[in-house]
Amino acid sequence: MELIKRALARAFARFEAVFEYAFGQRNTPFACLGALGWYFYWIVAATGVYLYIFFDTGITDAYASVEYMTHDQWYAAGVMRSLHRYASDALVIVVVLHIFREFAFDRLRGRRFFAWLTGLPLLAFIYICGISGYWLVWDQLAQYIAVATTEWLDTLPVFGEPIANNFLDSTTLGGRFFTLMVFIHIFGPLFMLLLMWIHIQRHSGAKVNPPRPLAIGTVGVLVVLSVVFPAVSQAPADLDVVPAELGFDWFYLAGYPLLDIVPGGQLWLYIFAAFLVLAVLPWMPPAKRVPAAAVNLENCNGCTRCFDDCPFSAINMVPRTDGRAYESEPVVNVNQCTSCGICAGACPTSTPFRRSGPLQPGIELPHRSIADLRDELVAGTEKARVVIFACDTGDTDDLEEGGVKVMRLPCVGMLPPSFVDFALARHYADGIMIAGCAEGDCHHRLGNEWTIERMARRRDPYLRQRADERRLCLSWLPRGSSRRRQRALAEFRAALSEIDDE
Amino acid sequence: MNKVVQALLYGAFAACIGYLSAAPTYQYADPELAVIKLSLNHAADRVEECTKLTPQQINERAMKGEPINECARARRPLAVELDVDGTTVLSLAAIPSGLWNDGPASVYERFAIEAGAHTITARLRDSARETGWDYEYSEEVDLVPGRYFTITFRAGNGGFAFR
Repeated sequence: MELIKRALARAFARFEAVFEYAFGQRNTPFACLGALGWYFYWIVAATGVYLYIFFDTGITDAYASVEYMTHDQWYAAGVMRSLHRYASDALVIVVVLHIFREFAFDRLRGRRFFAWLTGLPLLAFIYICGISGYWLVWDQLAQYIAVATTEWLDTLPVFGEPIANNFLDSTTLGGRFFTLMVFIHIFGPLFMLLLMWIHIQRHSGAKVNPPRPLAIGTVGVLVVLSVVFPAVSQAPADLDVVPAELGFDWFYLAGYPLLDIVPGGQLWLYIFAAFLVLAVLPWMPPAKRVPAAAVNLENCNGCTRCFDDCPFSAINMVPRTDGRAYESEPVVNVNQCTSCGICAGACPTSTPFRRSGPLQPGIELPHRSIADLRDELVAGTEKARVVIFACDTGDTDDLEEGGVKVMRLPCVGMLPPSFVDFALARHYADGIMIAGCAEGDCHHRLGNEWTIERMARRRDPYLRQRADERRLCLSWLPRGSSRRRQRALAEFRAALSEIDDE
Repeated sequence: MNKVVQALLYGAFAACIGYLSAAPTYQYADPELAVIKLSLNHAADRVEECTKLTPQQINERAMKGEPINECARARRPLAVELDVDGTTVLSLAAIPSGLWNDGPASVYERFAIEAGAHTITARLRDSARETGWDYEYSEEVDLVPGRYFTITFRAGNGGFAFR
């Protein structure tokens, strides 16, 4: 499993490098596939509402109403129809990539299983909604889908009379099943929206909007495609005629030709097995159990910064229980905490300057304490003039060299800004490099975003004004960028030398 | 950022969606062939005949709120056969639906066949008889290429219907 993930991650890294070059790190589509999914959903929903105004929901007039939209009102409803189709196809693309990417970058195991599991029914609903949409056009493709789908459903031992009989020939054609499809195509997306909301429940500040340049570019290209290459219907459905050759939307219908070679019941089994495998992936193998963040109430004043910064909604603020004169205290939900340590980085008591008593902040990771971090920084930095704080997932293995010390954290968001000030002010280092994931694509969702803001003194806890920014280098790079990282380090060291020469 | 590469990637995205949303075409059926659809849904006789109860027994059961028929619930499998020009192309026994096999049995089959003149014979057995058929219908038909030919069955309408 690990090998598959690594191979996939490498493939993504190579592929994404092109996109990063073209779009820049913040706007690369791969960093916001989920948000793009939401975006395409809204495009499909908005265009669908418009199309519904002109759509005749009766089976006898549905085709004519779609033809009217496509040809007579091509400039509005026609474009909307094409946009409806193409945005639906784009939705499939980003969702499939999203699934593979989250798997490749191992963002599904341990306490992150929830989003993965709740995403699986969404995948099924995307297909149900898409296929039912093709049905409504009631052209030859719709006829094929109606017959093939009902024949396939009939292989399940739940229907008394074959439901394919609804589409036996033109004399048996009734609107009953068609009406059911209209109902599914309207209420399916609404239910999907509920599932999408559940899907992001354990993500605080979930990204549901892509960056504006990408949003404008994407919708622009889909509109151009809709005008240049409008979606059209095929010949009208006729249940007495065998649809021979069909223009196929492979994004939604790729599984249908399998019904020609695999018995329907067997195909159900394959799909069920595939979903089962997907469902158990977060536990293949089970993630190493890492202790959740722990609250030290005696050093906590209930400032809520950990609550604000936790990317996984794992911290709740509850009324104070220790009788001290603070309003609230944080409580960590151990089932949601991914042990990223971002809460420790947000805690104002995580300061290495503290002299009275042991260094124990209001919240921290038991297995990677702030006190240990200070000890590690202090120890052995005599010769290391550059200290790199790197996240575990970064490509920093090759960076350790003469004069460079690499300190690994679960996420760079765990680094309190006071550590940078401490290391520079106490001359434990000439320069500090923070090496994390690509911007907008933090393995722990928000670690690099918070770090950028803290170091830029825009987010509490702020980096102290006296810290020389020239001696701080923030390096945000995607996976598989070890050479670029080395280059960034070399440039930083050269810049430090220039400062020292001044 | 590189606008040219960006434009190329947008173009590739649009081309991928534009092309795969309607092509390549899928050849579902050979337009030179006709397709026969056989569909029926029929309850065969029960495996055991209902026991004849006396009027007194019926009254007693009615008083107790019990069923007034005494029958084993299970039905027989439905034997169905289809010949085209004297050759059997389909022969099957459809199992009755329901957990206790007490519902109607369904058959739904679809297969392609050379267009042109054919003699089609459909047969069905729903009783305890071991030989012969309870329903049989034969007709010379002219199958049109690219069109469906439907065979249905309604016992109340006299059996098989070809259209």
